[in-house]
Amino acid sequence: MSSVFGIPLPAILGQLMLGLVNGSFYALLSLGLAVIFGLLGVVNFAHGAFYMLGAFAAYIGLQVWGINYWWALLLAPLAVGILGILIERLLLRHLYQVEPVYGLLLTFGLALIAEGVMRSIFGASGKSYPVPALLQGGFNLGFMVLPIYRAWVVLASAVVCALTWFVIERTRLGSRLRAATENARLVQAFGINVPLMVMCTYGAGVALAALAGVLAAPVVQVSPLMGSSLVIVVFAVVVIGGMGSIVGAILSGLVLGLIEGLTKVVYPEASNIVVFIIMALVLIWRPAGLFGKEA
Amino acid sequence: MRAQIAVYVVLMALALIAPLLGLYPVFLMKLLCFAMFACAFNLLLGFTKMLSFGHAAYFGASAYITGWLVTVQGWGTLAGIVGGVAVSMLLGLVIGAIAVRRQGIYFAMITLALAQVVYFICLQAQFTGGENGLQGIPRGSLFGLIGLGEDRIMYYFVLACFIAVFVFIRRIVHSPFGQVLKAIRANEPRAISLGYKVDRYKLIAFVLSASLAGLAGSLKALVLGFATLSDVSQGNSGEVILMTLLGGSGTFLGPAIGAIVVVTLQEYLSGLVGSWVSVIIGAIFVVCVLVFRRGFVGEIERWFAHRN
Amino acid sequence: MTRKSTFVALGALLGLYASSQASAAADQVVIGDIDDMSSVYADVIGQGGVEAINMAITEFGGSVLGKKITVLSVDHQNKPDIGASKFREWADQNGLTMVLAGSNTGVSIAMSKVASAKKVPFIAIGAGGASLTGVDCTPYTIHYAYDTTALGNGTASAIVKQGGKTWFFVTADYAFGTQLQEAATRVVLANGGRVLGSVRAPLGTTDYSSFLLQAQASGAQVLGLANAGTDFSNSLKAANEFGITKTMKPAALLAFLTDIHALTLQTAQGLFLTTGWYWDLNEQTRAFAKRFYAKVNRQPTMNQTAYFSATLQYLNAVKAVGSTDSDKVMAQLKKTKINDVFASDGYIRADGLMVHTMYVMQVKTPAESKYPWDYYKVIKVMSGEEADGSQPDPTCPMIKK
Repeated sequence: MSSVFGIPLPAILGQLMLGLVNGSFYALLSLGLAVIFGLLGVVNFAHGAFYMLGAFAAYIGLQVWGINYWWALLLAPLAVGILGILIERLLLRHLYQVEPVYGLLLTFGLALIAEGVMRSIFGASGKSYPVPALLQGGFNLGFMVLPIYRAWVVLASAVVCALTWFVIERTRLGSRLRAATENARLVQAFGINVPLMVMCTYGAGVALAALAGVLAAPVVQVSPLMGSSLVIVVFAVVVIGGMGSIVGAILSGLVLGLIEGLTKVVYPEASNIVVFIIMALVLIWRPAGLFGKEA
Repeated sequence: MRAQIAVYVVLMALALIAPLLGLYPVFLMKLLCFAMFACAFNLLLGFTKMLSFGHAAYFGASAYITGWLVTVQGWGTLAGIVGGVAVSMLLGLVIGAIAVRRQGIYFAMITLALAQVVYFICLQAQFTGGENGLQGIPRGSLFGLIGLGEDRIMYYFVLACFIAVFVFIRRIVHSPFGQVLKAIRANEPRAISLGYKVDRYKLIAFVLSASLAGLAGSLKALVLGFATLSDVSQGNSGEVILMTLLGGSGTFLGPAIGAIVVVTLQEYLSGLVGSWVSVIIGAIFVVCVLVFRRGFVGEIERWFAHRN
Repeated sequence: MTRKSTFVALGALLGLYASSQASAAADQVVIGDIDDMSSVYADVIGQGGVEAINMAITEFGGSVLGKKITVLSVDHQNKPDIGASKFREWADQNGLTMVLAGSNTGVSIAMSKVASAKKVPFIAIGAGGASLTGVDCTPYTIHYAYDTTALGNGTASAIVKQGGKTWFFVTADYAFGTQLQEAATRVVLANGGRVLGSVRAPLGTTDYSSFLLQAQASGAQVLGLANAGTDFSNSLKAANEFGITKTMKPAALLAFLTDIHALTLQTAQGLFLTTGWYWDLNEQTRAFAKRFYAKVNRQPTMNQTAYFSATLQYLNAVKAVGSTDSDKVMAQLKKTKINDVFASDGYIRADGLMVHTMYVMQVKTPAESKYPWDYYKVIKVMSGEEADGSQPDPTCPMIKK
């Protein structure tokens, strides 16, 4: 068996593969977070909760109405996105005048509510969601068996990330969005409905989180707390990438997933904190993040 | 001013007789520890406007260190407390030095992320007992003379510590150092242009706040006899924010009152409604942020100010 | 003047609050139940445990020595701090006379410290950690249902003897997991096997993939799952998903009937496991299971039946000594032989361990299963001494002297 620095190569490749899967989730989640931050200036602490709600929406859909996985991929983000729009309309909107930390606190409270409600209804240990029939089984890669479903997660998130990037960077809608980020009042003066755009952006960002939740449902247990620890990692990913930077969020999500996977082979104890350590280093050397413009 | 003194005298009297009223002393001590924690946190949020989202790290680290020193190393109670506070001070210095470089939400997120590192260290280090936590921490005695095992004696010790911390924070805020902090809070660029080394002032405030939070954590570990992961968890960091906000950040009494309300709610609601407690806590959070940003004491103070 | 009246009102409120607190009841027997009611172990005991206590109280007649029997229960959420502080509070405030501890060894160890400080009989049932009657033993602890030593002696030796010589452990990262791994390791080594490595997964881990890849990379024959509840079922499911069960033989060091039920026989068939009780052992167990099923709509687990049995044994002891005095009751319990629906040939050893007959089981294949919940076949019946050794644990401080 070949090895690198005394570590068997299959182990490294296997963990890198899993890192890529995790990185795909990070990328999807940090993408939504970055989009929301870019336009609203709100750090959405409830992002993990929306991810969790997406997974639960898929679970409930399957159990109650028999909605299958493929429809859930569409409907769950839609439902959660609408919830997000309501939250923006009714709650977040009132905080744009005050300091951004209040947005953080508000969404923190919302996350507590969402987790508490789900925990009271479904219990803390969570529910399992079956892998859709089409994606069952695995590829034997030689060094490991890669379940087909996980390969699908990587593919699906790559497509979604690319699409989002395209919409924001290459379309007319995207250019308005970016302009509104720079100077909302000016854009408003040009006759573009900025509040509507803000609302839809929050809805879309939240829907991305919910989509990640549906993708994750068959991989991890659908549980009320599935998002709460993840959201902090994703924060760190966004800070590393540069707040508000789309490309930064996607790339650093993937790369950090890989680094985390590698850490699991070399020094498993550190795998939970490696992201935060990298974040601290980045902040010391490049306070605006790797892809961010100097604030 | 006279009204203020009257309030303090009444509260003091209440605190002194509380255990004699048949209130459960362990619960009262828990209230005091969290009140102290919130007051320490308020030094940062209320008087410097820095939102630390990871204050549980200092609270919890100190609880662990004190517990470990007293239980495993056989240190005395006071030495154990000093050791715990020293560690949280050091931790505050390291994390603060990184965090004060940024402001606002960046500051919040850095403190949150680094507190998460502390959490994982506590989870994995040998001396903390991992998921089990440290158990059976003895309260010991003061100078080998006054045994703290008796709940009421321990209560008055914790009360004395709380009052000392409270007076200390008042003193700091009213000192020239506190005035500079206020200036930074009001207008940071201006403070810089006046020649103040703003980062240094902020760092000192951060370290002070972390140390006092550590003291609260040490006392909590001694009172309840254990230090566990809940103490260092993100949830604990969130709760101290809620306490401060609810009671009124930037007021002296507010955080203590907020702490009493939140801990009491948790204690008595959890028996009644189970896991709906976190929903209620979350809802209070939302209401606080949307319509009640001054908190109880803040609103009362404003009401008095308007009347006069 | 409004201020003054506010203070008066505040004072009055505080007084009210205080008087509502002082309700420590001397004329009651208060049984506490501190367990995981909502998380990874909620199905193992949980609400079913409360039901089992109530069944025992009803069977006993509802009162003892003319005192009413009250049950308090709380969800410890797998947090040692909640378990310990609730226990302390009940002892200080509610006149607690005995406590039953549900799942989670970490919580139980924390509670045992309170038991010795407050001198309240403490019957640990859901927790497996053998240290409860070892280094963490107290004069008031009884470890009732099973322990990690027995699990290791049962399952691990059965597998090693079948040829599973090299092991890799996926261990739940808290007291129970580590003690279970230690116990199993001892047995593996004693039978000429080897342990190639281990990895610790946090309690409540949902994605086991990276841990399992480490297991696979070790090249061991046996995948030892030193965990329980949903941790166990999640890790076994992931092992299936990654095709690891094809190259390694999974060993369940602790699995409950409810886990097998949730996993289905299709996934769980062929697993070896050790248990202290099974509903389908004999007429008596089946009769109890039927009554339990009528109330809970599930067959009872080993631990739920242990809740029933322990409550009855405790009430009998109280009746026999005519008092709820902790020392007298403990002395009575320790000299009583236990033969009931739960235990056969049971007795409480000097270190607090209840030694009784244990069973090594194998999970049936779907074809072998004839009726609902027909999941186990008995491979071996172990006497209590065979499962736990004939001597009290020498690491228990009470034994040394």
